[in-house]
Amino acid sequence: MTDRLLAPLEAIGKYFILLGRAFSSMGEVRTYWGNFVTQMVRIGVDSVPIVALAAAFTGAVLTVQTAYQLQESFVPNTIIGSIVVPSMMLELAAVITAFILAGRVGARIAAELGTMRVSEQIDALEVMGLNSISFLILPRVLAGIVMFPVLYIFACLIGIGGGILIAEAGGLLSTTEFVEGARQFYQPFDPYFGLIKSVTFGFIITSIACYKGYYTQGGAEGVGQSTTEAAVQSCVFVLLADLALAILLL
Amino acid sequence: MIEIQNLHKSFGTLDVLEDVSLDIEDGETLAIIGRSGSGKSVLMKHIVGLLSPDRGRVLVDNVDICSVSYQKLREVRKRFGVLFQGGALFDSMTSFENVAFPLQYFSDLAADEVNNRVEECLSLVRMPDVGPKKPAELSGGMRKRVALARAIALKPKYILYDEPTSGLDPETSNTIDDLIQHLAEEMNVTSVVVTHDMHSVFNIADRAAFLYGKTLHWVGPVDDIHARKDTVLDSFVTANEYHVGTPRTASSPS
Repeated sequence: MTDRLLAPLEAIGKYFILLGRAFSSMGEVRTYWGNFVTQMVRIGVDSVPIVALAAAFTGAVLTVQTAYQLQESFVPNTIIGSIVVPSMMLELAAVITAFILAGRVGARIAAELGTMRVSEQIDALEVMGLNSISFLILPRVLAGIVMFPVLYIFACLIGIGGGILIAEAGGLLSTTEFVEGARQFYQPFDPYFGLIKSVTFGFIITSIACYKGYYTQGGAEGVGQSTTEAAVQSCVFVLLADLALAILLL
Repeated sequence: MIEIQNLHKSFGTLDVLEDVSLDIEDGETLAIIGRSGSGKSVLMKHIVGLLSPDRGRVLVDNVDICSVSYQKLREVRKRFGVLFQGGALFDSMTSFENVAFPLQYFSDLAADEVNNRVEECLSLVRMPDVGPKKPAELSGGMRKRVALARAIALKPKYILYDEPTSGLDPETSNTIDDLIQHLAEEMNVTSVVVTHDMHSVFNIADRAAFLYGKTLHWVGPVDDIHARKDTVLDSFVTANEYHVGTPRTASSPS
């Protein structure tokens, strides 16, 4: 009973020790640089198509639904741009990107490291004299921190573009009206807030996935469990961080 | 020289090793034998510091690897080559890249020297043509031989083998035994072989250490195994021969 109560505390301790060991090995650039570049491509470049697809549809759907809700009111059409653009910048671009990447990137990292653990590849790295945490964990977390904001900016642009496109195509409002509305209530802090969120989400998703994968136990079943837990827990902590940042920074 | 002194290890409530002491002399080939679950692999993992003992210590060339810093432990580990049970090859890399990997990180060799060394190692394990193949394209025996090539790439002082012949057919097992013997003689390495294959033990080992009931039950020259009238050891050896059948003859590389 006591063990079950202490297990979450032990997990939190192991998580922070793992991250401490990862970041304290930042000086070993030669160990992680190659992997860092590879991971930036896998996390960032390879995620562009799915992020673009999700952002474009989110922006378009948001525009159509906002127009639908305002169709009988006396507010001007430009208000659609005032709603869609901040919504994308403040919330949707970052959160939707994070949810997609929790599945795509988080699950892949956990499965990859978990398989390396159960097939003794991590032990093999260690007995060669290599710091496996510096080699495997650090480049993935750093790549997440660097590439998530890039994907966020990309999602914002595509999402707003999707909104403008559907507004024009559906005759809801013109591009000029959309942009005019976006400018009306634009706050310079909005994109910065989104960037802060995306850095935080990138860190959460990659670090949880690395932790789950690195400490995988058992065979194929253990890898499956780690992968599922990485995706689910990343989403939960992304939502918690989303709320915490909104309360703290807005 | 490797000295294991009064080593105790348990996992939760399960005691695995109790008061195990063992010296491994330079240049010898020692087989650690015992039933499945007797703690052979656990003992091997202590030798390279992959596990920490609850009590006791492990000295490698007079360095207590249980109490040194991680940095120092990594230095000590560079004296070891380890052949893991499944090979533990990096599946995202080709065989050539696997063997080149430790050389790229821990040697000052130029690119063409690395290439030469990789080819030399693959030839030593009689796998000169598998360089471009990925581990998934290799059979179990081939994977172990490539893993062995990787283990010897940096010319280690000690090579540890975890169940090198398990899951292999008798002919491939003979090839692996032959390689272990060949490397011990050619490179003058100290070899520690964790196995329950008594044919391998008689083929390659100078001494054997028998783990039974969490402790080291017997240590001695391989030639003394049959001479010593020990019921437990006899039972293990006889059962092994019964299961495997006719003992393999002199090794013949495939």
